[in-house]
Order: sequence, then C-alpha cells, then structure tokens
Amino acid sequence: MTDFSRLGVAAIRDGVANGEFKAVEVAEALNTRVAAAKALNAFIVETPEMAIAAAQAVDADRAAGKPLGKMAGVPIGMKDLFCTEGVQTTAASHMLEGFVPTYESTVSANLWKAGAGMLGKLNLDQFAMGSSNETSYFGNVISPWRRNDGGSAALAPGGSSGGSSSAIAARLCPAATGTDTGGSIRQPAAFVGISGIKPTYGRCSRWGVVAFASSLDQAGPMARDVRDCAIMLEAMAGFDPKDSTSLDLPVPAWEAALNSDLKGKRIGIPREYRLDGIDEDIAKMWDNGIAWLKDAGAEIVDISLPHTKYALPAYYIIAPAEASSNLARYDGVRFGLRDLPEGAGLQDMYAATRAAGFGEEVRRRIMIGTYVLSAGFYDAYYTQAQKVRALIARDFENAWASCDLILAPTAPSAAFGLGEKNADPLSMYLNDVFAVPASLAGLPAMSVPGGLDKQGLPLGLQIIGKALDEQAVLNAGLAIEQRSGFTAEAGEWW
Amino acid sequence: MSEYRIQGNTGEWEVVIGLEVHAQITSESKLFSGSSTGFGAEPNSHVSLVDAAMPGMLPVPNRECLRQAVRTGMAINAQINRWSRFDRKNYFYADLPQGYQISQLYHPIVGEGEIEVTLNEKDPDSPTKKIGIERIHVEQDAGKLMHDQHPTMSFVDLNRSGVALMEIVSRPDISSPQEAGAYLKKLRSILRYVGSCDGNMEQGSMRADVNVSVRKPGGELGTRTETKNVNSIRFMMQAIEYEAQRQVDLIESGGAVVQETRLFDPNKMETRSMRSKEDAHDYRYFPDPDLLPVELDDAFLEECRASLPELPDAKRARYEALGLTAYNAAVLTAEAETAFWFEDLLAEGVDAKQASNWLMSELFGALNKLGKTLDESPVNPKQAAELLGLVADGTISGSIAKQVFEIMLETKQGASAIVEEKGLKQTNDTGAIEAEIAKIMAANEDKVTEYRSGKDKLFGFFVGQTMKAMQGKANPQIINDLLKKALG
Repeated sequence: MTDFSRLGVAAIRDGVANGEFKAVEVAEALNTRVAAAKALNAFIVETPEMAIAAAQAVDADRAAGKPLGKMAGVPIGMKDLFCTEGVQTTAASHMLEGFVPTYESTVSANLWKAGAGMLGKLNLDQFAMGSSNETSYFGNVISPWRRNDGGSAALAPGGSSGGSSSAIAARLCPAATGTDTGGSIRQPAAFVGISGIKPTYGRCSRWGVVAFASSLDQAGPMARDVRDCAIMLEAMAGFDPKDSTSLDLPVPAWEAALNSDLKGKRIGIPREYRLDGIDEDIAKMWDNGIAWLKDAGAEIVDISLPHTKYALPAYYIIAPAEASSNLARYDGVRFGLRDLPEGAGLQDMYAATRAAGFGEEVRRRIMIGTYVLSAGFYDAYYTQAQKVRALIARDFENAWASCDLILAPTAPSAAFGLGEKNADPLSMYLNDVFAVPASLAGLPAMSVPGGLDKQGLPLGLQIIGKALDEQAVLNAGLAIEQRSGFTAEAGEWW
Repeated sequence: MSEYRIQGNTGEWEVVIGLEVHAQITSESKLFSGSSTGFGAEPNSHVSLVDAAMPGMLPVPNRECLRQAVRTGMAINAQINRWSRFDRKNYFYADLPQGYQISQLYHPIVGEGEIEVTLNEKDPDSPTKKIGIERIHVEQDAGKLMHDQHPTMSFVDLNRSGVALMEIVSRPDISSPQEAGAYLKKLRSILRYVGSCDGNMEQGSMRADVNVSVRKPGGELGTRTETKNVNSIRFMMQAIEYEAQRQVDLIESGGAVVQETRLFDPNKMETRSMRSKEDAHDYRYFPDPDLLPVELDDAFLEECRASLPELPDAKRARYEALGLTAYNAAVLTAEAETAFWFEDLLAEGVDAKQASNWLMSELFGALNKLGKTLDESPVNPKQAAELLGLVADGTISGSIAKQVFEIMLETKQGASAIVEEKGLKQTNDTGAIEAEIAKIMAANEDKVTEYRSGKDKLFGFFVGQTMKAMQGKANPQIINDLLKKALG
C-alpha cells in the first residue's frame, strides 16, 4: 500500500488524475497523521471533514470525467493567517481566538478552486511576528528535527510560518501556505529542510490575509520540493481587483517551464552577505551551492549590495510602523476579544482589550511602530528607513546589470533550541538578516535545502531573482535540488 | 473688499479667517468599498466588510470619487496633481473601525486654486475678492455615534463610515463674516454646478471648520482657534462674529488666545473649548501601504475637463450677452438649479428676457408663497413654456397669464386647456373695443375734456376702464391704438 505521507503535490495530483488511488484515501491517511502528531503543535484547528469533502468532490469530478484543477486531490495545511469562511482564524492570537470569518481569503479560495483540500489551520508566530514560533498564543510549534547529539532538545521550526514548516517536514501534509514579510517562508523552510518561495510582491492577493506589514506581506507556498512549490504557486497567484497592490498580470506556467539547465545565467554572490564570523557550516554550504550552480552551467560573478547592513534596521522600522496601524482595528468593538472592566469607558476598554489580546512581541512591535511614526521622530526613523529601502532596491537594480540571480544563505544559522533566543529580541531579529533585503525590494526569493550542519540540522540556500522572474528562481532551485542530494529526514519521535 | 473691524478698547482689530470645508462627494458607493452612500437608511445597513475593518480587508479606491475631486479642482482653476497619495491618520475612536482615517496629508490630489467671491452676489457693482484655495484632498468620513438609544451605552452607526469627502482648504484670505458667507455660498454653488457635492448642509453633506484669529490691522498674525463642524452658513457667520469678539475681549483684558479646537453652540450663539493643543492627538500620519499612489493620465484629465459644465461666472457673462440685466443674470446663475430651469425654458423656445422676468417675478413669487423650492415646483419648465408661449403669440395678455398661472399651480392643468376652458383668449375685435370705448367716453365726459386740455395722465384711466370692460381679454396694444384715435 502506498504511504501517502511520502507523496508530494505532483505525485498526489498525478496519482489521483491517473486513477492510481482516490483523493479520499490520501485525505484519510493525512488526517490520521495530523491527528497523531499533536506533540508538534503544528495545527491550531484540524479540519479533517473539510479535507475529506474536498477529496470526495475531486473523486466525483474525476468519475464524471470533468477536468481537474492544478491541485486536485492534494490536502494541504493553511497558515492560520488566512481567513477561512466558517473556520476559526486567529493569527495565533488571543485577540482573535474564536473569530470565525464569514469570508474566504483570495489565496485560499484559489487553492480550493484548484482542487486542494484543507487539513487544518496551521500555527504561527502571533500576527506573523517572530522567527521561532514562540510568540503563538496557542503554544510554540516544535520542529520534528533533533540534533544528532542523542538529546531531545526541542528545536524551533522557524517562523513565522513554523506550523507550516513543521507539518511539511513531519510529512503531515505535502504542502502548506506560508506568508513572508521578512523571511517568514524562507527561514522556517531552511530550518526544517524543505523548500519555500516568496513570489514577487503583488503576485498573491493579500485580500483576506490578516495584515502584518502591508507593503511587505506576501503569501507563498512551502513544500518538499521545487516542483511542488511551482505547482502550488500557480494555484495561489493571480490578479485580484480587491487588492490594490495586486499585479494585473497573467500567471506564468511555472511548472511546465521548469528547467535546471542554467547555461547563460549569471549568479551573483553578494560580498556583503559574507559577514564576519559567519558560521563555518553556512559558509561551506554556500560554497557547495556555488559549485552546484556552476555545474548546472551558470556563470558565477561577485557582486556588491552595499546597503545590505542597513536593511535589517530599516525593516524593523517599516514593518512595526505598518503593523502599529494595521493592528489598530483590534479594539474590542466589532469582533474578537473584548475586555470591558466594570465601569470602564471607551479608552479603558481599548487599553484592557489590547493589553489582554496581544502577546509581548506584538505589543513590542506596536510600541516600536507607534514611536517611529510619532511627531518629531517620523523623519528620523520612518522617512529615513524609506530612503534606505529605496537604496536597497537600487542595490539590486544595479546588481542585475551583472547577474540574473543572487545566491546567499537563507539564515545565519541552523535551527536553534526553543527558549534559546527569546530573551533577547535583537538576536532573534538577526535571524532575518539575509531574508529582509529581498522583502524590502519586493523581489522573488526562495529557500531550498543546502545540506546539514555539524549538528545534523538542515541549512537553507536562498535564491533571489529579478521582479517577476520566479521562473529563474525556481529553475536555480531545481538545479540545486538535483545536485545537493538532500534526502535527510527528521526521525518520527512524536 | 469690506473693511470689517472690531472696535476694541485699544483700537481697531482685524479678523483673519480660513475655512476647511468638508464636502461629501456625490457617488453611488463609498471611497474604498462598494457600499451605498444613500442617506437616511437603517443604521448599519450600508456597511461592508471593508467599512467594518474586518481582519484582512483592503481598500480599493473608487475612481469616480477621485474624478469628482479632480473636476472640482478644475472648476476652481486649481493645480491638478497627476501624482498623489493616500495617508493614514491614526487615532482610536468608536466611530473609526480601522483605527485610522485614510486621507491625503503629504500629497493631495488638488493643489492651489482660487475662488472669486462677491459680497453681494446679486449686486453687479459689489466689489469682488479672490480667496486662495490651498488644496483639496480626498478622505474617508467616520461613522456616527448615537448617544440617545440606551441609558448607559452609546451606539455606533457605520453607514457613513468610509463615505468620500473632499476637504477644501482655503488660505486665510477671508476678513469678515460676510466674506466667509459669500465664499461658502460661492463654493457651494460651484460644487452643485460641477455635481461633485449636493451642498446640502442640513444633511451634513457639507460642513466647515472655521479658523479665526485677530490682529491689529496689518500686524502679526494672532493665535488661531478652530471651530469644528459648523453646518450652516448663518451659524458660521455667527460663530466668526462671536469668536473674533471673544478673542479681542480676551486679549484686551490681558489674556492670551490659546490654540485649540472649539465647538459652536447655535442655541447659545457661542463657541466653547473642546480640546487644547496639549490634548491634541499625534495622528502618526504615514503613507497607506495598502494603496498605490494615484496617477492620473492625460485621457482621464481630458475626460474630467470635457465633462465640466459651464460654471457660474461664465454663465452670468453669457446671460448678460443675451440681454439680461446684470442683476437678473446674477440671480439666475447663483444656483445651478435656477440656471438649469432658465435654460430649459430657453430650450422650449421662450425668449430670454421674457423667461428671466417671469421666472424671477412670477415663479419665485409663487414658490415663495407656497414655501417650496425650485425642485418642488408644481409647474415644470415645459408647462411654463406653454404658458409663456400663449403670451408671446398674443393669445392671452400678461395679466391673464397671471390668472392662468395661478390656476396651473392649483390644478396642474395645462395653460392652453385653462385658457380654452375659461374662455380667456385675448380679443382683437376692434369693433367690440370701440363700442366699449364709446360707452366709457360718454360716461366720463368731464375726464375726456380734462384729457383733451392737456391732462395726459388720464390716458391710463381710460386704458384701465376699457380693459375692465373687456374683462381683461382685450389686446392692450389695440386698446392703446383705438383710445388714442378716439380721444384725439
């Protein structure tokens, strides 16, 4: 009997289409795995009946000879930042605990239309703010990976899409949605040895996705290989008139055009990313990546992205600034938590509700954002950060004169242990150092597994492409995937 | 223009006034959502997910609202900014679901323009003054709090939440309550002509924030106060008068004006402090990251320009060229509705002078008596044109026309039908008129003698008597001719 947990998106889609197995069989098998993996805390809500219903619909369509969608029969996990009609949507916050939207986000609706089914809502860092999944109100997700020291230290699955990364790595689902504001798809993908792509800003609609930082938020797929990412991105992307920042462009046939022959492609290696004291394993993986791409026919060029060191500070001004405003709507009036102390007035209710409803990290970012937008500080922080953002984007523009893609590490280290970094927000923020420049520039960027470090933990290689050139990014990812021989898996300890 | 001065103990004071007018843009749906903008609906019946700021909802600009703002800008000869942007104004309040108002602080859609005002717009000799417009920007309205629905709670109605407003900001070029009144009237007139706002202050679709300061003539600008949300022209003028006097009294008694927000209480006819500068919000304005900058292309601007109607000043000049008096032209163009009524009469073939005289005396008089507005007139331009046509072709006299019009107002019958039914047709029968003239002369021999000995004024007496005898139906010109002949 087929072990459906080992099948990816393409294999399930093709198997269902070819009649090798029924979509319902896959859904049932994965529902069982989800139910048995509570120790990972990857899901906030499980929706086995929805996975079955979607699968039954696909099986019926196939029996009736109807055309099947791009994701037909594929059960997936849905990051709990996407509003899902009739299913609790919390952004992993107490504020939205019990909130059941009456509407479906455009991206999730696109996926259901393509024939995918929902296994459940995946845990994440609260309001997508965090790099370790420790800020979730519903408890941190645990990575299925363990160090090779024989111990059982719980490791971070990365964040904010940590429920997604953990569930995919643990083979609870073949793929899941993620969102990436400053690395929230790429860093967790790297931490658990899977692939994930953040497309060009505007490819995926933000409508119905709980907002963190509007000018940066971008949804994307996470899966166990590059082809699966390409398939799922095709299903997620597309112009949405309900999102003013959505790109009015056709969705390319990324999967069909996958090609790992990189002849004629120039790969830029940014010298500013080779930080002093860079982790030895990371440096080695990066060198391997360069060799693999060369082997695939690409030319390697040294490039400079001179403003890189200002990217992280600029990001941690712009993202909290937008968040402080985006999260103002959680006021206890119309939905979600309301804390109305005895005799309280309106302002008291706001204060009590927001103090109780937001976790520490969310409150920290709201305060940072409020501060940098305040009269007297606005120019020094926000305006300055926007100028830096423009310079970062220009760095990339200049780089494209001499290269077509950029290769860099995804994160400065492998997964850390839960609790190791959460006492010091700054060291946590440093995790995003390689991820945020592409976010600030709105460029497509992908993480693919690049190997294991000395502790036996996965490391990720990041490919950054030109705006709208997801194809080149996916192709380079495929070239690495074919050469890295990455087959390591987390042991099933749960 | 006028020298408006407040006489204080220490001499004369000058008043400096600037107005921020909020005008609701005429549009079917809200600025960033598809909800209806209809007035008077059940509370919270025009609220979309976007208006209620549900999680994950995004604003999408309503192009029509931007178009109306641009057309308004063009009507005041303002600079139209091809590139503008929306900003968020952040503050917490129960009528503001997003926790921020989407507005335009840094890059408004319309830049500098001006409006020429006349203190007495109906007096062609009244001096004119140009009031500078600093900007027009587009923003969302807030919802409404209802405090009278529950003993301990306030209710929120979000029907207005997200409705598009234009904020039209004047320069502090206004120097008297009368000028402020003239400015607001002229602005309202322009908005109505353009069709970008109905100008209905009672329903709140137009309201003004009034900035007032005082200074010694020609001196340094004083500290200003802002009186919020004044919703009638009369109240605005009263608020300025009160506020300017209050500031003079305050300064002269050794106090200082505090920069603050005030409210006008029309019952007590006074302004009251609402909050001082120290309590002012820090709105943390920043560009709305959910929205792209607004970029206007040539085709869009061309369409806006081409769709602009003839504006009041141009119309007035054209009416004068048609032979109307300056006064009539000014009255007819002051409100778009009047001008459109007048032009409908012309389109029905009525002579311009006849139309303007009738409209201003007969129709306005009748509506005044009925307590109705032009929109509510029981007689429409087509029906009026029928009546005036009967006068023009000599079927009835002007005085009979008045009677016919009264019957039209009451019965809504057509003019021709009334004339037919009541037998009011004017007679040109010279024999019948001559017979009556002979009778009148015979009965008034003394007056005939007086007339013939040089008392010309008595001619009118004979005309009146003859007309009376003819029951008003004789052609006055024929009476004149025949009387002249008979009296010699």
